[in-house]
Amino acid sequence: MSGLEFFVGHYAYWFVVALLVLGLYGMIVKRNFVKKLIGMTIFQVAVIIFFISSAVKKGATIPIADKAVGTAESGLYVNPLQHTLMLTAIVVGVATAGVGYALLVTIFRRFRTLNEPELMERMRREREAAEKQGNDA
Amino acid sequence: MKVANFAALALFAGLLIYAASGLPNRGDPTAVLHRDTSPAGTPSAPSYYIRNAYKDAATPNMVTVILADYRGFDTMGEETVIFAAGLACLLILRRKRKNPQGEIEP
Amino acid sequence: MRDYESDDIVILVSRTLSPFIMLFALYVIFHGHYSPGGGFQGGTMLAAAVILIRLAAGMDIAQLQFPRALGMPLGAVGVLIYFGTGVAAMLGGGSFLDYAYLPLPGAAAALRSLGILFVEVGVGLAVVGILVSIYDDLLESGER
Repeated sequence: MSGLEFFVGHYAYWFVVALLVLGLYGMIVKRNFVKKLIGMTIFQVAVIIFFISSAVKKGATIPIADKAVGTAESGLYVNPLQHTLMLTAIVVGVATAGVGYALLVTIFRRFRTLNEPELMERMRREREAAEKQGNDA
Repeated sequence: MKVANFAALALFAGLLIYAASGLPNRGDPTAVLHRDTSPAGTPSAPSYYIRNAYKDAATPNMVTVILADYRGFDTMGEETVIFAAGLACLLILRRKRKNPQGEIEP
Repeated sequence: MRDYESDDIVILVSRTLSPFIMLFALYVIFHGHYSPGGGFQGGTMLAAAVILIRLAAGMDIAQLQFPRALGMPLGAVGVLIYFGTGVAAMLGGGSFLDYAYLPLPGAAAALRSLGILFVEVGVGLAVVGILVSIYDDLLESGER
């Protein structure tokens, strides 16, 4: 297999690799928690795209039984299993992202910041104040 | 710190590219994933679903049949997860708080 | 949402558009047996139609369309429909979620089709209720 053929044949996977690296970049380099959560969502979407693109068969149609095509030959329909799994994963992903944002809202209410180093600094200061109070008492 | 982050990213990208190069071409009908029998010799699930979905449930859309019938327990779990997520949001955010006058806000 | 100002044109357009999105969402749910669609997709679209009005007209007017307190009960009803279908199959003599044993007249394949429809309606109700509820909770917490 020539290099170009290999590259073109895997083109969907290169997009997935780019999206996964972008999501991880958002999660580990960015300092804002909302940006970290956006990075996590991009990561999740990349996994979903990978699953969907692995379901494709050349020369196959959508997984809805058609009288003109018949169901005896499994090669004539796209693999339906990945579509099913990712269908539920998308909606569950939205719901869990909602929980993540709810947690961020409570963090912001408590500490008035969503910046990671600043939050660590404030938590440390609060803990020291509490320890000092404990020593005085 | 910054250098370590980007080194980790490069390592991750290299790992992913190495893994992707072992995959079959996109849309290759002879890939292991699309075979009628698994490498262990047992019949594979997707082919079974394609052949028997209409016979079993009188519903042409195979994705619906797998979602609600063959994998009904899975979908039930997912729906419970969604419900639990909504409940978690409600319990985290929608709480009664006393304002400075001592009245309970809804 | 403190300096929120509603705009007449935005309200008019979203108010005109929202029922059609809902109608298409119902089509997606109930035609999911024969075309791409089903409970998850249709439920998400219904939630989108509800949230469109909430975005355009604000929380107070949107209460008339879909009250804030309705979200979680609707989700619970959806989950109960799913579990109830499974338990009904158990009462009919089969195992949990085996729709062929639903206590209704008809052939096994037709009963499975009917059971799938019940389940999809349950999933759709749960998804619309929970998504609108999550949106309301996040928005409400921002107002204080």
